[in-house]
Amino acid sequence: MTGDKRILISPGPHLWSGLSVSKIMYLVTLALILPSGAGVYFFGYRALLVMVTSVATAVLTEYVSKKLRKRAFVMDWSAVVTGLLLALTISPTVPLWMVVIGSAFSIGIVKEAFGGLGHNIFNPALGGRAFMATCFPAEMTTWVLPAGFVADAVTCATPLNESFAFPADKLSLYKALFMGNVGGSIGETSTLLILIGGLLLLVLGIINWRIPLAYIGTVALLTFALGQDAIFHILAGGLMLGAFFMATDYVTSPITNKGRIIFGVGAGVLTVVIRLFGGMPEGVCFSILFMNALTPLIDRYIKVRPYGLKKAGEK
Amino acid sequence: MKTTSFWKEFTKGIVISNPLFVLVLGLCPALAVSTSVDNALGMSIGVTFVLLGSNIIISAIRKIIPNMVRIPIFIVIIATFVTIVNLVFHAYVPSLYESLGIYLPLIVVNCIILGRAEAFASKNPLLHSIADALGISIGFMLALLIISFLRETLGTGSLSIFGARLFTLPILGEHPMAIFVLPPGAFLLMGLLLALLRRLGVIKSE
Repeated sequence: MTGDKRILISPGPHLWSGLSVSKIMYLVTLALILPSGAGVYFFGYRALLVMVTSVATAVLTEYVSKKLRKRAFVMDWSAVVTGLLLALTISPTVPLWMVVIGSAFSIGIVKEAFGGLGHNIFNPALGGRAFMATCFPAEMTTWVLPAGFVADAVTCATPLNESFAFPADKLSLYKALFMGNVGGSIGETSTLLILIGGLLLLVLGIINWRIPLAYIGTVALLTFALGQDAIFHILAGGLMLGAFFMATDYVTSPITNKGRIIFGVGAGVLTVVIRLFGGMPEGVCFSILFMNALTPLIDRYIKVRPYGLKKAGEK
Repeated sequence: MKTTSFWKEFTKGIVISNPLFVLVLGLCPALAVSTSVDNALGMSIGVTFVLLGSNIIISAIRKIIPNMVRIPIFIVIIATFVTIVNLVFHAYVPSLYESLGIYLPLIVVNCIILGRAEAFASKNPLLHSIADALGISIGFMLALLIISFLRETLGTGSLSIFGARLFTLPILGEHPMAIFVLPPGAFLLMGLLLALLRRLGVIKSE
């Protein structure tokens, strides 16, 4: 009756990939180093200052709210990711105290007030960005030309603004957009480096390919169908950063593969609608937030067939 | 005996069953007009007058109101007082009348007032109903003043009462956080205030 000592009895899961929340968030931070580096390269020390402020505030707010809620504070890098993502989506000229407010809002309200990591309905970084955009519309839409480490940045329009002067040579525009040599948020300009970071996460299996592909594909198809320059719309603005790093957030995106495609397509349609017909030049932030709100509904209506069960009519 | 319960009915509306922070009634007009302290004061005065008037009348005639048609009777009485407030505001404080807009006539369907009529005035003697109306009104006014103070100072960076600028905040004066005069800011502040009051133990959670 005593049983064989060589057979170990332990509760599941028995197979474990070795990934943990900390490790995933750490890898995301690593992947974000490339777009962040591009931001510093193009916008200088000021961009670095914004990022450091945002990350520091995010971690501090996380610590304070955990203490207030009498929960253990775990340094799991998720606050770092949120702080960094928020910094990457704002202009390098935003006053630092506004960055502090936005970052504290991201963690304190959008994440912790809903119950912390895993319970938040909305992507914390985008929630903070939307809060800042509503609070400080002027500062949040003042963009500068990339000047590197030289002082005196020149104010300019982002490529998505109506006042943006399109160069006649399309190829050089595409190249500038791809490399990141245009005005815009700290981390959104260089498509190349975001792609490298995103592909790294895809290869490591951290993010699922369906959301970015559905999102970017929808934007491309829809802008093309509406007679717009599809390549321009993919490369310009925050679409790449949003598709790879924001829309793929585990907590706020659907858990099923079908749901992920619906999520991506929905965000793509909304982005195009806001860009072409809305009052704002860019719609990535609000379209992802909108789809975040729909995520529970998508998860509810996409039924997963339990393992072993057959489809109706299947013998 | 009678005076102590009068006092009890009066004080309960201010904190223990504050209409906004504890009963969470009448949120729509409260959040809509709390963009400035002026508006909040105007709204509170209007609500105080209507609540006092309707509570007095309903309490006085509570024994002859047929139970079947009590709600229409309450509404007619309340609407009468709202019409008075509406005309008086329109005649004497036209700017306030303009900024309160539709929310002034909407006091008719304010659930605080109908709630007090149904839950209190129709069951209690006149004196207690007056105490109840005053207490609830003061509670409403205090809550509305707190919300509107925060919304005006954060959302515009300055505070002015009746056109006189009281103060301007140093940094926020130049970069006001516009979200707080918009509806999302009202909900945010309301939620944060409820959480804070609960934490401080002012509101007892069940």
